[in-house]
Amino acid sequence: MFIEKIQKNSIIKHMAKTIEEINEKIKKGCVVVLSAEEIIGYTAEHGVKKTAAAVDVVTTATFGPMCSTGAFINFGHSDPPIKMQKVWLNDVSAYAGIAAVDAYIGATELSETEDMKYGGAYVIQDLIDGKAVKLRAISYGTDCYPRKEIETYISLENLNQAFLFNPRNAYQNYAAATNSSSRIIYTYMGKLMPNFGNVTYSSAGQLSPLLNDPYLRTIGVGTRIFLGGAQGYVAWQGTQNNPGRERLANGTPVGPAGTLALIGDLKKMDSRYLRAATFHGYGITMYVGVGIGIPVIDEEMVEFLRVSDKDIYTEIYDYSVARRSKPSYGKVSYQQLRSGTVNIKGKKILTGSLSSYSIAREIAQLLKQWILEGSFTLTSPVTFLPSEEKINPLNVKSREEI
Amino acid sequence: MVTKRLVLTFPEKIVTKPITYRLVKDYDLAFNILRAEITADIEGKILIEIQGSKEHLDEGIAYLQGEGISIQDASRDIILDKENCVNCGICASLCMTQAMEMDKTSFELIFDKDKCILCGFCENSCPVGAIRLRI
Repeated sequence: MFIEKIQKNSIIKHMAKTIEEINEKIKKGCVVVLSAEEIIGYTAEHGVKKTAAAVDVVTTATFGPMCSTGAFINFGHSDPPIKMQKVWLNDVSAYAGIAAVDAYIGATELSETEDMKYGGAYVIQDLIDGKAVKLRAISYGTDCYPRKEIETYISLENLNQAFLFNPRNAYQNYAAATNSSSRIIYTYMGKLMPNFGNVTYSSAGQLSPLLNDPYLRTIGVGTRIFLGGAQGYVAWQGTQNNPGRERLANGTPVGPAGTLALIGDLKKMDSRYLRAATFHGYGITMYVGVGIGIPVIDEEMVEFLRVSDKDIYTEIYDYSVARRSKPSYGKVSYQQLRSGTVNIKGKKILTGSLSSYSIAREIAQLLKQWILEGSFTLTSPVTFLPSEEKINPLNVKSREEI
Repeated sequence: MVTKRLVLTFPEKIVTKPITYRLVKDYDLAFNILRAEITADIEGKILIEIQGSKEHLDEGIAYLQGEGISIQDASRDIILDKENCVNCGICASLCMTQAMEMDKTSFELIFDKDKCILCGFCENSCPVGAIRLRI
């Protein structure tokens, strides 16, 4: 309720600058845009009031591995046609349990012939890079779709539609990971050395979209964004959206909270901003570049946007405990994580990020450029995302216990 | 005094010979073994730092080559593909000598080969396969 109140009060009653006014400035070529890094120093120098008046848009970005990634594809009909029941792209299974020639290729799906060396994310990257991809499909055959098997080559250009759809992305903060056990463990947080050998983390911190608009005052369904090098949109709240997590006074959550479901045209994407990756011993994932331009609607927004790595915290968890709840080794700021070392129990431990801060920075600058050039305008949310939603665990139950 | 960091590859037949002992005894070279392993095909590999006068070092290396040991300059043995690197920094958290380190301003990866002891921890940590190690 509290979050919803903030959204409504600030948007409707106290709006100092409207999205329409900002878009008018973009059209006229007089818009003032700063990145989420640049606004920190700007606000420190000019104060909140002047910043709110002078700056129109703040660009945020992230480029991190996000397993919850994939693409919907429509192959077109062969002659005679086939109702594809099982589909493989370069020997990677795609989900075909939808219409005859539609499929969803998921980033983490492993190759049936190359195991962890190749998978769904690599298929997506190969498509973006214009490479030929082998399509194989089988079916039981129907009166209207008599063909039972097909093997051919496809390319992105010749597909009817291909759009990225990420059920979860742009995580509002994430946990940091360490390993207290006596052996190396290979996790989705990377390679973790024994006896607290290292700490890994994965948020763009002060540059991250949802940490700059922590209560999602300006981001909702329909928000136009930068996605994988193209313009995409926020489709929905992401899976495992958990806005109710403990927050600091500046609004940022201490650990994973809000998420977004994102959609965009794969045909316009660039593999510099959408990259397949393998976490050795864990599996395949995909680095997804996301950028969001946040309108500086009022002074309160500046208070959120000025947040810096020293004010954003996360918790370090022990990933050698392979349970839903892992022991915590305390809270740490992103400034500390990014310094290269943290302290756990008096021991100095090296840190490493999974997401790329330098590419996040590049995306924030690119989005800034698009806005300055007038090729990217801002949007008002069609509707806001739920401000109260909690994560349910999955417990093993009988039918009667439901 | 000259210091060299070398990868010595021992063929199967001389794995059991006291090669390093001879380097000390006959060529007056000081050395520090940074890493040693015998691979599945029973080939021995040693990452070694050798120190001595230039003359002794050259003689020592000639002796090793005469014994059928192949010698590579160690610093050339780790390959960072900057083109493919996404500058995340996972490898930096695994690098005890901080040969791989994130620049605190650009947040790009800096690789200082002189600090690298070729431990190999970083190799399979790279999500985009931009680090290759040969020893």
